[in-house]
This record gives sequence, C-alpha cells and structure tokens, in this order.
Amino acid sequence: MNARNNILNKLRAGLSGATPRPDDFDERLVTEPWQYAPEDRIGRLRSLMEAVHTEVHTVGSKDWPKTVAGILSRRNLNNLLYAPETDHGKQLGEHWQATEPTIELVAYDRPVEEWKDTLFWGVDASITGTVGGIAATGSLVLWPDRHEPRLMSLLPPLHIALLRASQVEDNLYTMMQRHNWSSGLPTNALLISGPSKTADIEQVLAYGAHGPKELVVLVIEDE
Amino acid sequence: MSQRIPVTELTGDFRQRAKEALGDDQLRTNFRNAMDSLMTKRADAFPDEEEREGLRELGNRIKARALSRLPDLLEQLETRLTENGVHVHWAETVEEANRIVHGIIERRQGRRVVKGKSMVSEEMEMNDYLAGRGIESLESDMGEYIVQLDNEKPSHIIMPAIHKNRRQVSRLFHDHLGEPETDDVNELIRIGRRALRRKFMEADVGVSGVNFAIAETGTLLLVENEGNGRMSTTAPPVHIAVTGIEKVVQNLRDVVPLLSLLTRSALGQPITTYVNLISGPRKPEELDGPEEVHLVLLDNGRTGAFADAQMRQTLNCIRCGACMNHCPVYTRVGGHTYGEVYPGPIGKIITPHMVGLHKVPDHPSASSLCGACGEVCPVKIPIPELLQRLRQENVKSPEEEPGVKDGGAKYSRSERLIWRLWQQLNSRPGIYRLFLWGATRFRKLTPKKAGPWTDNHTAPVPARRSLHDLAKDHLARQGGQ
Repeated sequence: MNARNNILNKLRAGLSGATPRPDDFDERLVTEPWQYAPEDRIGRLRSLMEAVHTEVHTVGSKDWPKTVAGILSRRNLNNLLYAPETDHGKQLGEHWQATEPTIELVAYDRPVEEWKDTLFWGVDASITGTVGGIAATGSLVLWPDRHEPRLMSLLPPLHIALLRASQVEDNLYTMMQRHNWSSGLPTNALLISGPSKTADIEQVLAYGAHGPKELVVLVIEDE
Repeated sequence: MSQRIPVTELTGDFRQRAKEALGDDQLRTNFRNAMDSLMTKRADAFPDEEEREGLRELGNRIKARALSRLPDLLEQLETRLTENGVHVHWAETVEEANRIVHGIIERRQGRRVVKGKSMVSEEMEMNDYLAGRGIESLESDMGEYIVQLDNEKPSHIIMPAIHKNRRQVSRLFHDHLGEPETDDVNELIRIGRRALRRKFMEADVGVSGVNFAIAETGTLLLVENEGNGRMSTTAPPVHIAVTGIEKVVQNLRDVVPLLSLLTRSALGQPITTYVNLISGPRKPEELDGPEEVHLVLLDNGRTGAFADAQMRQTLNCIRCGACMNHCPVYTRVGGHTYGEVYPGPIGKIITPHMVGLHKVPDHPSASSLCGACGEVCPVKIPIPELLQRLRQENVKSPEEEPGVKDGGAKYSRSERLIWRLWQQLNSRPGIYRLFLWGATRFRKLTPKKAGPWTDNHTAPVPARRSLHDLAKDHLARQGGQ
C-alpha cells in the first residue's frame, strides 16, 4: 500500500492549488459527422465491412439457417459451434433436425477447461448473435455471456454473426447511449470489425492472424 | 525458450548508432517505405480537416481533464475495478511491478506466460525478468514475436518488426522453428499462427497492456487487429494487465473520440478489428474467461513529469506512433538508434522522466524542430516546445535546480562561459564595435577547425567589412545624392 500512497501523494502535491477541469465534452463532434438515414445504415456498414474482407448477406428471419448450411457446405466444413439455449440457437437446431445436414452441430455447453483441445483445434466454424452494429465504423457489438461465451467469436477459423437490421446504430456514441453502457457493462464486451488480421510483415495485409480468418455477417431484415 | 533470453546489447551512443543506421541501406528502405505508407493512410483517414481538428481539440481536453483529476480518478478506477472483482496493484518502479507480476504467477505455480502487446511490459523488461526466474514469457503479437525470436527490441511502438523484411523473417522462422523458407507473407503468418495457438492453449497466465482505463465503469479497453490480445486476456486462467497511471479516463464516453483518434492516427483505420472491453473476471456461471484479473498501475517516473505543469502534457500520449511516422529523423535512423523503449519524438520527451537525461543526453537535440510531430499528435502534445524545454534543462547548472530527472546532463562550464561572453559582447555597443573591428581585420586568423562543424563544412570566416559598416556607407551615399 506504500506505493499507492506515494503515487497518490505525489500526484496530489503536483496538483496543489489547481482546480479540476470542467467536463465540457462536446458530443456533436462524435455524432454529427457520423449520422445516416435509417435506410443507409446497412449500406454503410456493409461497404466498410466488405472493405476488410467480411462477407455480408441479407437474410430473412425464418430462412437464415438455410443460408448458414449453405455457407458451411460450400466450404466443406464438418462442424459448427453454436449456443443451443439462445433463440437463434433453438431455431438453428430445429432446422438441423428437420433437414439433417451432414454438418455436426457442437454446443458450447461446458467450461473451456474440459475441452480446450477440441475448441482450439477441432472446431471449423461458429455462429453467434450480436447486440447490434455500428454504421460509422462497420462494427458488430457482442456481449458474450454464459450461453455464448467469449471464445466462440475468436477460436474457430470461420465466425458467422447474426445482426438484426433494426439494431444497427449510427455510431459508437449513440450505441452507448441507447443501451446505457455507462450504467453497467458485462465482464467482456466486444466490437468486432472484420476477421483477424495483421500487417506486421512489410505492412502486407494477411487475414487470420490469431482469430477467425473469415467473418460472415447475416443481416436479418425485420418483418 | 525457457532459458534466459539474451537481449541484443546496444552499443555506443545515439550519435554512433545513428551513423551506423544511416549507412544501412536495407534498414533505411524498410523504414522509408513503411513511414510513407503510414503517413498516407493517416491522411486518408482524416479527409475533413475541420472534423480532424475538432476531434484533436476534444482529445486534448479529455486528457487534460483526466490529468487535472488524476489521483481521484485512479482511486475511482480502483474502487470500481475492485467491485467488479479485479485486483488492483500499484508499483512505483519497474522492479516493484515485476515483483508483483512474478508473485501472481508464482502463487498460481505458473510456468508459461503469453503476452499481448504492451509497451509498459517493455519498460519493465518483463520477459527477461520472468525468464531469469524460470518462466517462459512469450510475445504473441506477430511483430513482437518476430522481434523476440531474434532477441531484439521493437523498433516502432505499433509496428515492432518494421525494420525487417519478409526474407529476414523467413530466415528467422527457418532457423528457430525449422520451417521451410518462403517469400509468401501469408504463409509466414500461418506459421506464426500455428506456433502461437499452442502457446495460447497451454499458457498459465496471459499478460496485456491497456489502451484506456475507464474510471466510471471500472473497465480496461484494449484495441488490436490480430486477436492475440483477446487470446491472452481470455484463454489463460489468469489475466494480468500492466499499464501506466496516465491511461485512466474519467467517463466511458470519453473513449469514443480517443478511440477514433488512436486508430486513425496510428494505422489510418476507422477502427481496429477488435475493441475489447474487460470489466471483470469470469462469473461463476460463465464458461470461459480468466478466473482472476489483475491490474498493475505503474509510475516509473510519470509522477515526476506530472509535477511540472508543462511536462505533464507528455502524459496525454495515447501511444499511436503518428509522431514517429512523420518524423524526418526517426524515418532515417529507425527506432533502435534511440536505444530506449520509446523511440521517436514521443520517446524523446517521455524517456528522460523514466531513465534520466544522463542516459539519453542526445535525445532532446536529435530533432530539427520541424514541428511535424506536434502537428499530427492526436491529443495535441506540443512536442517541439517540450523538446526545447528539455534542451534547456539539459544544460542547467546544478545551482539552477533542473526540473527534470538528471537535468544538467550536458552542462559544461566552458560552454556556459562562452555564452556569457557572447551575451556581454552583444549587449554592450562599445565592446561590440571593438569586436567587429578586430574580427574584420584579423579574419585570416579564424581557426580552420571548428569542432564537428568543419568535418563536413568549410570553416566560417568573417567578411572583410561588417554589415554595420556597409550600411553606414550606403546611408551616407544616399544622403549625398
């Protein structure tokens, strides 16, 4: 605790006689340049995400599981990590039961420690929901939880994310305001704006540095 | 790699290393290409000058506000984080910080540490410290990994391996990992991915830095493109974040403009692939994430800079690297020439507070004061002004009580005497006229050698007649017409 007191005391000594600066945050600077007509938001998000190697499809709220099956079979993948307890997980499970594709559905239903090897090396793809999107930067917002844990959007080489068109906000500031982030964040919140990438060698862009090599966004149009 | 990693020893001083770097064509090409491209990308990311300047001003105000309440915000951050289940530690020195980190690892009987990118851990030389105690500490950012494999230090804070080209990386992977040589960058990245994925899986502890620590919510925000930061903070059972005390901001909304300034200034990207907001360890019902999260707050000279209202501005820095990308000196000599953790313009103004001017006496003057660094700084640190201040501190006599650690490193009595005489000469007309009279008449006696100047230039010789003299004549002629 000595270090703590020493640091704080030195800082307080440095501030003696000074008054704290007022909070004059001008929100217009972070909102006005980044406003879009509702019908343009998806277009903006799509073009930014496509520019960083992301595949974006518009899908219906009923038939998207078919699109998922198609994406996987086109790539000859064997399995898909999913969250069986979520609404979209249930919908996916029903579709799988009805159509019986050869692709195995793998549920993330136990602590990572119990099956680390499989999660790190044996999963081809994953599908997760999102809490929304951000048009200004082309970003998805994920709040991992018990049902859709953090590693789901990180370990598999292909990550498929479901995004409701109505949940795309103009910019990060409006996203924070709309969902009142400052009054409570989950243990981990994420903005994801493309597949994992690096330009550390000669500034040559390479995808799939450590996380997914591919990101597919399914935009669900509301009915 | 569990044995002690010998770090390449830096030899000589700044001048000598600069001379060597300037003669290295490969290095100069690598840097020139990289800096040109980074400058273009930044310019393209800020197409609207008004928007850019508004945002820079806001960024500056947010940091100034945070610094004006720094002790309170640090306490608030500690309270919120503790409520969220994060352990907060304080360290005045890098030695203390290393002891804390080592203690946490020991308690978990950890042997393998995997690290996301953290400049503060470079300050601490954490890899060496842990390796010396039998703990493998592996960098997982591709660039940092490459640099570590070659026993080097990063040469750029955002692009650590920018001094190397693909052939050099391929050779390194071949020698250390037994991989066949390749010219394909994608293949090189695949090799790195495979090697590091196993490390992420096996690691006992993950270490990361912090880009912004948010006092309001008790949140650590990290940005990255690769996913190694998320791996390091999510996969191992323990996550230790290390950061400088200046990284705290007051409110969550404050990070909106700072984030935009950071990624656009650093890489020209509207946002990085991942923005990772960590507010606590795994909850009992959750299936992954670290069981323990620790934050180590490091001083290491920052309170010294803070004590001086002018030098306090160095703590605005959000570590984007734009100042080095735009620096004509950095571009030509590269990051290693500076011999310290933080190179380039920002390194020149923050390093003295950490290690003292005695260790970096040439840093303040290794600048043309062209002003590019100050112009591009996203939080408006007046870098050229601070460099001039450091130049003054650098030559202060002990009686003048230098305001920076080891100030007066370049103080010389003879230099001071010469300047004092020069001052007298120029402020007394009588003596000045006498000097002019002598200088113009005995000009042939000017020494042919004038220190380093005459290594590359001919020695200056006073003119036959002084300007004063010529002007007098000229005016007399005009008067006579």
